Amino acid sequence: MRGRSRTAAWAGLVVVVAVAVPQSAWWDMNHTVFAQAVVSGLLIGGVYSLVAMGLSLVFGVLDIINFAHGALMTIAIYASYLLFQNYGLDPYLSLFITIPLMFIIGVGIQRFAINPVMDAPVHNQLLLTLGIAIIIENLALVLFTGTPRSIELAYARNEFDLGVVTLDFPLRLFGAVVSLPKLIAFLVALLLAGALYLLIQRTQLGAAIRASAQEPEGAELVGIDVDRIYMITFGVGAACVGAAGSLVLPFLFVSPTAGATFTIIAFVVVVLGGMGSIPGALVGGLVIGLTQELTQLFVPGSTKFLGVFVVFLAVLLFRPEGILGRVRR
Amino acid sequence: MIRLRQLVAASSKDLQILLAVVAILALVPLGVSRFTLSVATAALIFALAGIGWNVLSGFAGQFSFGHAAYFGLGAYTVAVTFTRYSISPWVGLVLGGLVAAIFGLLAGWISFRFGLKGAYFALATFAFAELLRLTFNNFDYVGASIGITIPLAGGDSWSSLQFEDTPEIRYFVALALVALGILAVIAVKRSRIGSRMLAVREDEEAAASLGINPLRAKLFAISISGFITAVAGGYYAMFLMFVDSDLVFGPFISVAILLRPIVGGVGTIWGPVVGAAVLSILGEVTRSLVRDPPSILQAIEGVNGLDQVIFGVILVVVIIRAPDGVLGWFRRFRKRDGV
Repeated sequence: MRGRSRTAAWAGLVVVVAVAVPQSAWWDMNHTVFAQAVVSGLLIGGVYSLVAMGLSLVFGVLDIINFAHGALMTIAIYASYLLFQNYGLDPYLSLFITIPLMFIIGVGIQRFAINPVMDAPVHNQLLLTLGIAIIIENLALVLFTGTPRSIELAYARNEFDLGVVTLDFPLRLFGAVVSLPKLIAFLVALLLAGALYLLIQRTQLGAAIRASAQEPEGAELVGIDVDRIYMITFGVGAACVGAAGSLVLPFLFVSPTAGATFTIIAFVVVVLGGMGSIPGALVGGLVIGLTQELTQLFVPGSTKFLGVFVVFLAVLLFRPEGILGRVRR
Repeated sequence: MIRLRQLVAASSKDLQILLAVVAILALVPLGVSRFTLSVATAALIFALAGIGWNVLSGFAGQFSFGHAAYFGLGAYTVAVTFTRYSISPWVGLVLGGLVAAIFGLLAGWISFRFGLKGAYFALATFAFAELLRLTFNNFDYVGASIGITIPLAGGDSWSSLQFEDTPEIRYFVALALVALGILAVIAVKRSRIGSRMLAVREDEEAAASLGINPLRAKLFAISISGFITAVAGGYYAMFLMFVDSDLVFGPFISVAILLRPIVGGVGTIWGPVVGAAVLSILGEVTRSLVRDPPSILQAIEGVNGLDQVIFGVILVVVIIRAPDGVLGWFRRFRKRDGV
């Protein structure tokens, strides 16, 4: 009952704000900037959600702090980039290569590097993934140098005739600019989130993953090969950043540390959403995307991450199980 | 006096090792280049920072992933008090330690009160360090994004802790600070509060049921830990003669600090120093290998990032093969051979 009344209170607050703000003088002056911040925040938030889902799975099932998560994304970004540059393969088609590729790499990392330290203290696991990140980032530096690169999609500024409506990109929405690559990234991220949710909740594999997360010994007793499930889980986690890497390529500078910035954001999202929770990662990603854009709007001169870390600490302290997570302390 | 004598008697073996190690390290400046000496000085500074980290994370078992917070507070305190108020860096080192200890008490109190443990505590410490980095980066009083350049005193000056002409002294001061840090750790480990810290690390609930206040033990650990790491940070500011928020609060500083004790041996007195020595030698060897490779490996000459790749590979192998650090590996090795 208490939960429901609290939800009602929150909903009420949101309605009041949504009705009151557009009446104010501030809104008249700033609504375009505000709309832009909200739209940008939601769009990038979708990508954050996708990256964080992979991390959340690994964190929730294996209980490993994976600091190589962003570095894995770097691999996918470079793979997509090379496919585009050398073979002209569209980044959205390269999804069909990066997702399985990253799955295999993830399984390999779990099999050969992380399985041996599953029972080691937390600092060793953390340092191991950090070591993997150092190797990946610097290998990228060795192979491709530090020069930032980018690609241009030929159709990013086209008109699209959908029969009912014609979409002219970059689209304008309440005065805010919506670029095509960001919109595609957002939509595909949502789609993959749904697929992942179904995989975890509705399939036998998903049931085995959930069982291994909650009670590894019990899972072993009923005949689940937990080590194998761990490998698959890490592979699925890596496949998420594989997809994210291809999706961000059209609007991100490619560099050896391109993925690293996503690691920290992903941790914030995972803690915010509750570890192991796919819907939590989805909501958390959108909230963090909004937070970073609105921080820049309301606290001029600050970096966008200031608000993100304030939210992070507040959640860690007051609701460490996350906004959608189960209470487990 | 009696307690002090007991303490000395009880830890006489540790003190003997300390004397021997200091004596050996004091010989380093003989016959090494100026560059190597500055590498060795930096190694000592990070060993000291690691000694501080080890008190909280090794002895009290609270894994910190944000010790750059204390390192940076120490560095900024020294830089600000010296450049703005002409306060001697010696005083600045102590002030920085106190500032960091107080920050540690606050951050620790908030985190521990809310029951943060393990990975969650680690992430919270990381967030605290990042918040400090972003705040200092926007705060004009401390130079914002430009940072603070410490003015040269000109030549050697004990009062302003600058030794431009004789880098040997700069090295010896770092060595003395490390020795003091080790002494402090020996004292803490032998003290009653030190035993309480170990009890909390092993089993917090059992410790609490024996009448130990876990919160107090952890707060004691975090303030001592912050103090020692801040002194290292303060001396680092005088070593570089420059601070900015990325340089002293950055995530890679937190990693650099915790890497040394983990490689050496977490929760051991000498782990941070051993780890610092191993990592510095390793770093220099790989760097010079890439800079000036033997003729068969000519292709790798000057390739950017290759030394880091080698470093990463060694790190991964060490953690899988020697999970309790160099000292732990050594101990197991001796046991196996029945020595």
